Amino acid sequence: MNIAFDKLDKAFENRVRLQIMSVLAANERYDFNSLKDLLSITDGNLASHLKSLEKEEYIIVHKSFLGRKPNTNYEATEKGKKAFKDHLDALEQLIRQQKHA
Amino acid sequence: MEEKELQNELASIRSIMERSSKFISLSGLSGILAGVYALIGAGIAYSMLYSGTNRVYLKLDMGSGQGTLYELIATASVVLVLSLITAYLLASRQARRKNQPMWGAVSMQLMFHMAVPLIAGGILIFILLLHHHYGIVSASSLIFYGLALVSASNFTFADVKYLGLCEIALGLVAACLPGYGLLFWALGFGVLHIIYGARIYLKYDK
Repeated sequence: MNIAFDKLDKAFENRVRLQIMSVLAANERYDFNSLKDLLSITDGNLASHLKSLEKEEYIIVHKSFLGRKPNTNYEATEKGKKAFKDHLDALEQLIRQQKHA
Repeated sequence: MEEKELQNELASIRSIMERSSKFISLSGLSGILAGVYALIGAGIAYSMLYSGTNRVYLKLDMGSGQGTLYELIATASVVLVLSLITAYLLASRQARRKNQPMWGAVSMQLMFHMAVPLIAGGILIFILLLHHHYGIVSASSLIFYGLALVSASNFTFADVKYLGLCEIALGLVAACLPGYGLLFWALGFGVLHIIYGARIYLKYDK
């Protein structure tokens, strides 16, 4: 009955990480500061969650310079997009199960 | 996880995807006001062109009546600037209310995709004016404005795309009927803006 629970991705247990993936699923690339404004969280908090998603190989980092200011952009990998989609499917399935229960 | 919690999770994902990729802080009220400014501007232009016995419109083609031409351009510019200021002020108020950054990645994209057709169209209209092709200025402004809206519509409400398509269609009809430029201009920038603004206001401003 509860097969769907196993399909939920551990990496997305955290709210912020799931939100980051949502943004990167809807947009080709997103930069650090816009992400920070959108989620209204601190630099350190965002950086640590980005790091862990990067370690999972769900996102890749593009570093460049805008004039003299460093500009860091993030992009979801194929692996990351698939993991996000599977996670959403699992959430959906859970809801359906509970409706029928 | 409870069902309620799951539903909230999905709702928050949906909201963040929307807020990150679409500028949802456009205000319907600014559309209505832009339409009103345009109608007032068109009224002023009408009284400049068609008052009295001599029709300045005909004289424009003969190279005289330059003064009226400058006054018309000035009127149109005032309408444009007032509309932009209104749109900016109301959008930043709306952005605060909807918790979306006014100058984020999305609004930048929106501005860029809007600016490309607008600047191209603006330069073309300037060239048309230099060459005294007054008859199709109104049509070109409608068509390029429509193209700008369609190109920007990926980054905001889908309604903007339909407004853009209507402006393009109206512009093409206007191009077939030179001489009725002011009428089409008033319809496109006045009436259509008011209809669109009211729609957005009722749908999203609440």
